[in-house]
Amino acid sequence: MPRETLDRQIHYLQEEVLLLGSMVEQAMLAAVDALKRRDQQTSKRIYDDDRLINEKRYAIENAILILIATQQPMARDLRMMAAILEVITELERMGDYAKGIAKVCIRLGESPVNFSMREFSTMADLAVNMLHRALGAFIAANPQQAYEIPKEDDLVDDLYNKVYRNLVSAMIADPETIDQANLLMWVAHNLERMADRVTNICERTVFIATGELMEMDTDDDEDSE
Amino acid sequence: MSQNNNSEYAIEIRDLSFYYSSFRAVKHVSMNIEHQKITAIIGPSGCGKSTVLRSLNRMNDFIPGTRVEGEILFHKQNIYDTRVDPVQIRKTIGMVFQKPNPFPKTIYENVAWGARINGYRGNMDELVEQTLSRAALWDEVKDNLRNSALALSGGQQQRLCIARALAVEPELILMDEPCSALDPIATLKIEDLMRELSTHYTIIIVTHNMQQAARASDMTAFFTMDEDRAGMMVEYGATNQIFTNPRDQRTEDYITGRFG
Repeated sequence: MPRETLDRQIHYLQEEVLLLGSMVEQAMLAAVDALKRRDQQTSKRIYDDDRLINEKRYAIENAILILIATQQPMARDLRMMAAILEVITELERMGDYAKGIAKVCIRLGESPVNFSMREFSTMADLAVNMLHRALGAFIAANPQQAYEIPKEDDLVDDLYNKVYRNLVSAMIADPETIDQANLLMWVAHNLERMADRVTNICERTVFIATGELMEMDTDDDEDSE
Repeated sequence: MSQNNNSEYAIEIRDLSFYYSSFRAVKHVSMNIEHQKITAIIGPSGCGKSTVLRSLNRMNDFIPGTRVEGEILFHKQNIYDTRVDPVQIRKTIGMVFQKPNPFPKTIYENVAWGARINGYRGNMDELVEQTLSRAALWDEVKDNLRNSALALSGGQQQRLCIARALAVEPELILMDEPCSALDPIATLKIEDLMRELSTHYTIIIVTHNMQQAARASDMTAFFTMDEDRAGMMVEYGATNQIFTNPRDQRTEDYITGRFG
């Protein structure tokens, strides 16, 4: 294997992608947890720390550009680098979703909320779990695993629909809650979109393995976002 | 030029095997070369790529003890048919070599010479200007046409050799590592020139430089050496596909630099 330098750097980049992924996972779980506990201080920290996720994303992007310029990757190596550029963009956007949830907690302030946030935790657990396995499949370039994960998106969608209906009912019952319910709708939306973006990562995994760029079917009508 | 060639392909290689005495250097190569495209042949040393290239205009005839099996169809005729005149073939299928090899004559004579011995009766000055322009050299040499070709830089000499090949109105141009003796800028100029020429001519290039094949060609063939040391073709396809998503693991290993 005469390309030790390239292989070493690809390995390093993969580790960095996993690290970025775990930063996003932690931010998301912590943001939902802080929201449930109405922990302003933690939410403020998550909000600020999104900057670290952005910085990590740009550092990886830069390293990829240098690698392409200096090592002239071809075939699978090239596909992997192109895929990493795509995946880190998805991760960075997921980080923004966590930041958005932290912002909701800050906006809610100290005011009492008469709405159960249990589903948010379940949605976050599901989405983070999907992301974790999707990144594992991505690094392993395992298309079989990548094909399976998006199917779980339905569970997250179902919970989103449930939360949506509950929030609409609450708004109808008591128009005073409209501001709050709007903010909480945003939380549900962010969690639902995070799971959608996991599908994009899975698509890139198939691309690395097969060279085929394809859209995986999910029952989602917000793909245009 | 190739509009006279009504065949579907510019040249068709059918089950070509090539022997140096008893050693089979190339086995069972079949490929159809498309008109007015640049086709690159890549592969490690000893894979038979230059042998195949040279057999396309019977340059290997000069090496004693060589033998060809299979067919190379050009204008629907096997160029190894006994009725075919190899000189005529070499006129229609020109060749540019690794090291620029201009004649030790003036720039003008380098271009005019081939046309003259081919009985060209038109205006020689016009032909020289037209050919040097086509080889992207005219502007650099037009005031020094009577200077020795050997005074030119390596890149200019190679473009002069291309002009010399063009002066006899070939259909196909074979290039055997045409840039290996050139610096990167001169190399890129030759690649631009190849692209320009491919609007009129079919070009087949053998190169060790994979980046060059990726940059400059439309089609790429990957050759390797089999266990019996005979060269063979592994994969042949559109350059975009070969370099982003090769079908064969051996191609993948080679172009990603993990060969051997």
